[in-house]
Amino acid sequence: MSRQPRSYKDLPLAPITYEDTREAFKTGSWRTFKPVVDNSRCKKCWICWKFCPDMSIRILEDGTGVEIDYDHCKGCGICATECPARCIEMVPED
Amino acid sequence: MAKKLINGNYAAAFGAKLARAEVIAAYPITPQTAVVEQVADFVASGEMKARYVCVESEHSAMAACIAAASAGARTFTATSSQGLLLMHELLHWATGARTPVVMVNVNRAVAPPWSVWADQTDSISQRDTGWMQFYSESTQEELDTVIMSYKVGESPDIMLPSFTTEDAFFLSHTFEPVEIPSQELVDGFLPPFRPEIRLDVENPRGFGSLSMPHQWYMELRYLIAEAMDRARERILRVEQEWKELTGRSYGGPLDEYRTEDADVVLMNAGTAASTIREVVDNLRREGKRVGLARIRCFRPFPTEEIRALGRRVHTIGVMDRCYTFGDGGPFFTEVKSALYNLKDRPAVKNFVVGIGGRDITMKTVGKLYDNLFRIKAGGLDSEKEWIDLKRPEVG
Amino acid sequence: MAGALFGEGKDVQAFPYFGVERRGAPVTAFLRMDDRPLRIRSEISEPDVVVVLDTFLMKYVDVTAGLKPDGVLIVNSTKGPAAYKRSPSLKVATVDATGIAIRHGVGSRTTPIVNTAILGAMVRVLGIVKLESVLKSIRETAPVKREENAASAIEAYERVVIG
Repeated sequence: MSRQPRSYKDLPLAPITYEDTREAFKTGSWRTFKPVVDNSRCKKCWICWKFCPDMSIRILEDGTGVEIDYDHCKGCGICATECPARCIEMVPED
Repeated sequence: MAKKLINGNYAAAFGAKLARAEVIAAYPITPQTAVVEQVADFVASGEMKARYVCVESEHSAMAACIAAASAGARTFTATSSQGLLLMHELLHWATGARTPVVMVNVNRAVAPPWSVWADQTDSISQRDTGWMQFYSESTQEELDTVIMSYKVGESPDIMLPSFTTEDAFFLSHTFEPVEIPSQELVDGFLPPFRPEIRLDVENPRGFGSLSMPHQWYMELRYLIAEAMDRARERILRVEQEWKELTGRSYGGPLDEYRTEDADVVLMNAGTAASTIREVVDNLRREGKRVGLARIRCFRPFPTEEIRALGRRVHTIGVMDRCYTFGDGGPFFTEVKSALYNLKDRPAVKNFVVGIGGRDITMKTVGKLYDNLFRIKAGGLDSEKEWIDLKRPEVG
Repeated sequence: MAGALFGEGKDVQAFPYFGVERRGAPVTAFLRMDDRPLRIRSEISEPDVVVVLDTFLMKYVDVTAGLKPDGVLIVNSTKGPAAYKRSPSLKVATVDATGIAIRHGVGSRTTPIVNTAILGAMVRVLGIVKLESVLKSIRETAPVKREENAASAIEAYERVVIG
């Protein structure tokens, strides 16, 4: 994080963030379980991508499957539940 | 009467249930949601014979309550912060229409910044709406006050809406032992709501009519003023009745603790009072004569009680968990105003504290009493002070 | 826990301090108990006991901030107490509440509910309340799987390691 205010004098005019929060905050740290995708069994239906509430699944450019943005994935497990191929497994974070 | 471990929100729901509210229209908002969830459970299970109306916003919730009350139903709703602000327009309506809706407001800070924590700005912003306004300190008080509010509000010579407040989390989500009165006891205390004038297809009439300046607007508002003034005595009387039935009372509109011989007194509204009581006892053990006066009923304002306090105690600190920009803490300005006509006016200082849910600790309260003693000795240092504010370091 | 203590005649006060309003956000919960009526209503900044349900938070939050030097720290972890013992006077206990909860089917595999299990550990470590009171409270408040929740507490009671 850039500037940390110390007192009311250091604050901006209103409650705004100083930067692009998606870039600045790796919210994936809150996961307890993470999705692991087996692209070899992926049907390329992209249902996981559609359902992800957090825009944390990226369809690979070469169309071979998906990749998870672990910087932002919260481990909600919706992708694993919705995947018709059942190729996403929720594994515990260590 | 059994004691149960419940939180402020459930206490409010039990209050509505025991009071036999007939129509509930509400919209969820943190930290109030559990109130209406519990009420919905009561209605769904049949424990409560009521109609629960799911609405799309708080504004609609109040509209539905006003309409139902106009039709002669006992109504209930709950909200907080943004939701209360959204219904503001209709709070005025409920008063003007003389519909005794009862509401629970969980005191939560207003956005932005986004905050779900304890702050009185939401309810204090409603002070001019003509609603009777109560500030609860404990879960038990919340339950009891909801029930008492119906009795006061529905009195034919009062007919005013009312709300009770609970500090977010410090009361709404705080589990503590509560004695839940029996339905029988409450039925004996609170008669059914039977307004003389109501929406009735057999006796059609117009509601909310126009009134021109030369007609009756002013007089109708005067009637409300009189009713609110009558409410002072009624609130005391109803609390006395409740005490006779349950053994519980809350000190009337101004709940005083060890103020009889106090040199300095802190005034506040809401849960911080509990922490202050603990500090009062500790300081008293050290020989310091301190006291607490908690504003339990804000509307009608306890003017006489505050004047009586001001005649005895000459150094008062008023805590505001809110602030009116360009003026001062609202509790402070109203207390000062009540004291104005006294021959010997006490020194009154405004402590702006706990804004946005910032914790009010025993240490903080101790510092406030220290400040009051310095003021007693050497005069008022400043009229107002924001406490525990993150200030730049000096030097 | 408040229910159990209340059942034994103590005065109790329990309330949470949420973070942001979403699932999975860190939550702090406070519990006060006493033989005499409680009045302090502020957050607890100098606890006698700290219970950590999710060690992940320990990377970002100093969970022992303010913990009294001779206080107690109870952690849901597969590691032993030595991993968390910061000072010799601190009493530390650990139990794998997550594993216990999963084994008893309490909550789901991705979201096991560890709080009933950890209550069992608290009973053993703190010695301020009877296991029976806690089990009774669990059976009264658990919306589903009452026996599984109670069994989790019993297993944690038996397995907790105090170091």
